[in-house]
Amino acid sequence: MDDKLRLDGNAAAGSLREIFSFEVTSTHYACGGCGRVDQIGAAMVYEVRGLGTIIRCPSCDNALVRLVHNRGRHWIDLRGLRYLQVEDVAG
Amino acid sequence: MAAQLRRTLWRLAEVIEVVPETPRTRSLLLEVPEWEGHKAGQHVDVRLTAEDGYQTQRSYSIASAPEDERLVLTVDHLDDGEVSPYLTDVLMAGDKLELRGPIGGYFTWEAADGGPLFLVGGGSGIAPLMAMIRHRAAADSDVPTRLLYSSRSYEEIIFREELETLASRDSALEVIHTLTRSTPEGWAGYDRRIDAEMLREVARSPDESPLAFVCDPTSFVEGVADALVRLGHVPARVKTERFGPTGG
Repeated sequence: MDDKLRLDGNAAAGSLREIFSFEVTSTHYACGGCGRVDQIGAAMVYEVRGLGTIIRCPSCDNALVRLVHNRGRHWIDLRGLRYLQVEDVAG
Repeated sequence: MAAQLRRTLWRLAEVIEVVPETPRTRSLLLEVPEWEGHKAGQHVDVRLTAEDGYQTQRSYSIASAPEDERLVLTVDHLDDGEVSPYLTDVLMAGDKLELRGPIGGYFTWEAADGGPLFLVGGGSGIAPLMAMIRHRAAADSDVPTRLLYSSRSYEEIIFREELETLASRDSALEVIHTLTRSTPEGWAGYDRRIDAEMLREVARSPDESPLAFVCDPTSFVEGVADALVRLGHVPARVKTERFGPTGG
């Protein structure tokens, strides 16, 4: 894939914020491929212009999250994640 | 029926003032209706819509502190950019700009997070780091902070005077420049790209457990982050942000 389109996980924050009610980039994930635990903001993001966004594990390149927005619908493929750990917001 | 999203996060900001920072860089001072505030380091997405309906968007870091009156985006002109030439050459005070945000919870710093801070930036990558430095000053924080900032030339150092002023009245703030393409007569500072050797000399000791933020529009962020980890810094305390060519 074109290395020049590689960004950090925080570059996907805007798209993720449209879908999720919590700030996804500060959550921790476990990679379904290699088990790496890290923050989504530290993962690698590839933006395919006009198509969507892929968030990949920096250790094993596994696609953690795939986002596609098309014809008024968001498609969210999370099968590359073992889990997402979301902080409970008090109150 | 399919699940529906009702969230509309896009809103129209008004350009209040355009401030030239360097020959290639301008700051846009924005008034954003019902802006709920941001954390230093966060960004906004800017969306442009052409007359035929074609839309394109880019992420821009916020350069202003949460305490500042206006939201400030500092934008570098990229010759082959799709969005930045519009922002740097066309947009004027009184124009509207569609944006959403604040966005991001990873590359952020608040005075209460403490430090010490080691900030590394190149070119317009200074923007989110400047938000942190401005926030630190506005919050009267005395967190020891060192900025290593790479610019092409002396004229292209963004926020040079403001950084000088802030550093001159605050012994806990150090600003170190490196110039990669040309140096003025008598320049005694670094004159090369940031490399492992420079980081060894300039980076805070890993023993201090500093919090490092690295931001640049190019791939140099990964090299800096890797070099810091090799010097003994904890990977989780080295945060990078890379708004690559899509920052154009």
